[in-house]
Amino acid sequence: MKLLNYTTTYFSGILLVLISIWAVVFYFAMFDEIYDSIDDGLDNRKMVLIERASKDIELLQKPQLDEYLYTIEKVNFEKYQNFKDTYRDTMMYMLNEDDFEPVRVLESVFRNNDDYYKIKVVTSMVEEDDQIENLLIYTIILYFSLIISILILNNFFLLKVWKPFYHLISQLKNFSLDSNEPINYKKTNIEEFVLLNKNVEKLLTKTRETYSAQRQFIENASHELQTPLAIAINKLELLFEENNLTENQAFQLQQALENLERLKRLNRSLLLISKIENDQFQQLSNVNINQLIQEIISNFSEMASHKNITFGFSSSENVSLYMNPDLAHFLFSNLIKNAITHGISTSEITINLTEEFFKINNYSSSAPLNGEQIFKRFHKNSMDATSIGLGLAISNSIARKYGFALIYYFREGQHSFALKFH
Amino acid sequence: MKILIVEDEPQMLENMRQTLKAEAYLIESATTFHEANDRIGIYDYDCILLDIGLPDGNGLELLKTIKAKGLEDGVIIVSAKDSLDDKLMGLNLGADDYLPKPFHMAELRARVKAILRRRNFEGQNTIEIENVRLNIPDRILFINDNAVELNRKEYDVLLYFLSNKDRLVNKTALAEHVWGDNIDQTDSFDFIYSQIKNLRKKLDSYGAKIQIKAVYGIGYKLQKK
Repeated sequence: MKLLNYTTTYFSGILLVLISIWAVVFYFAMFDEIYDSIDDGLDNRKMVLIERASKDIELLQKPQLDEYLYTIEKVNFEKYQNFKDTYRDTMMYMLNEDDFEPVRVLESVFRNNDDYYKIKVVTSMVEEDDQIENLLIYTIILYFSLIISILILNNFFLLKVWKPFYHLISQLKNFSLDSNEPINYKKTNIEEFVLLNKNVEKLLTKTRETYSAQRQFIENASHELQTPLAIAINKLELLFEENNLTENQAFQLQQALENLERLKRLNRSLLLISKIENDQFQQLSNVNINQLIQEIISNFSEMASHKNITFGFSSSENVSLYMNPDLAHFLFSNLIKNAITHGISTSEITINLTEEFFKINNYSSSAPLNGEQIFKRFHKNSMDATSIGLGLAISNSIARKYGFALIYYFREGQHSFALKFH
Repeated sequence: MKILIVEDEPQMLENMRQTLKAEAYLIESATTFHEANDRIGIYDYDCILLDIGLPDGNGLELLKTIKAKGLEDGVIIVSAKDSLDDKLMGLNLGADDYLPKPFHMAELRARVKAILRRRNFEGQNTIEIENVRLNIPDRILFINDNAVELNRKEYDVLLYFLSNKDRLVNKTALAEHVWGDNIDQTDSFDFIYSQIKNLRKKLDSYGAKIQIKAVYGIGYKLQKK
């Protein structure tokens, strides 16, 4: 859930509770005030009427509640003594509404000369149910207008406020250690975001530096190894030239030489990886893949025919990829060579090429491989001790560099590698 | 034939000197940029093996000097960097070849010979041993003046052996030269044997007076019968 929606939901819940409580409190407070005001009015009228009655005796005998809305009756002393002023609500027929409507009644007693009287003053009241209904409607309106205000606030104002944050996130999403593209930090006045940007920048710069230092180290180390390797290999070759070796000495030397050769290939592979990662294959062109595959097959034909392996190559016409020609050559020849090396004798390797994919299948006596592990560097199939376990890792790096997907699967005794171009 | 080796690593230099000396070339050497610069100014060479990474300068600058002076010395760049930029730049500057370290001695000899042949036998670029003649521009083999049909790989193998006459050619070196860098021990070099067998058959059936001998089971040597 997005931060903005999260706060909105959160606010809606809190507001619903708060506004409900507030509505109840408001309702009682309002009614308290209304009663207070009405009761004050009643009290005032009572006093005015008592005042007037003391001058006008006729007023003292008024049992009917007519348009003046009050009655005065004579009561005995006992009643007078025990009476306390009461305010109460009751219903009264109202002509205009043609219905019984709530009214407020004040009953009180007073003494005029030696007589005791009871006075009853009536005034019309607020209609409570109407009031509740009104209050509810207005509360709901208030609630929704608040929610809408929050939404507007979130989506316009807060979104603007959080913009640097979302900008940073989207930049980080596309961030890659391999590329040198810098991150664009959005200018902001908000201290937290300034701090965030600053620290992310620091972190990324440091990470990139470390990463590139590490790559540089591998490249430098590989370069430094070239000369001593060359010297060692050449010394052994010169020793062989001397022609006076025993069979056993030659065999031992050959093994030393083979291991140096292996080291040489390992070193060369490491250099190739560094170069791919350091983006040193910048020269791009349209590579005709049909032609490239034909060339590779022809180049490996002696190897294949030695194992009595045949090729079945079917393709759409003129598939071409825009990439570095050397990397294209490495990628396809590595996949094809692997198929020959691991293919079983007297079988067919089938190759399919279309605009969308390249697929190569070979029969093999070995069990299915681990589709995730094989693309990792230095992953070795225990079957062959001389493999350095970098070929597929390099192929995969090349594929990734151009946005291709290289996948492995096993079906009906056939190991297959598929390269999807899009 | 006079060859200049520009190389700052003494042991590397010694290896190269030793293997080329056996071919009866006159070898001179320089271990620094300045020494090389002086020699190039004074003497003419048929071939210069030029290391790019010299302690006191870039070998490519020497190449520029050679070309600026209009010297016709053949130049092979030898580099430990195996960098595409260096290769492209070197070839653009007029180098004849580019040889990344580490390389096989057989490869070095073959490359040097190719340069020398191109320079010295213009139009008549052939290798002749006994009754065998290889026409390099046309890629045709003649035995006793009879043209012999060779496929592409057989031709490459034979040329490599002829360039390394009487010298041991390691199987690995041969495989890398003919089949490229991608090939390695995992592929087992058994298939090379059948190639050699085919080639021997063709040489024998036309009565060639050369033979390809297996040595120690690790390589081959081409020699007179």
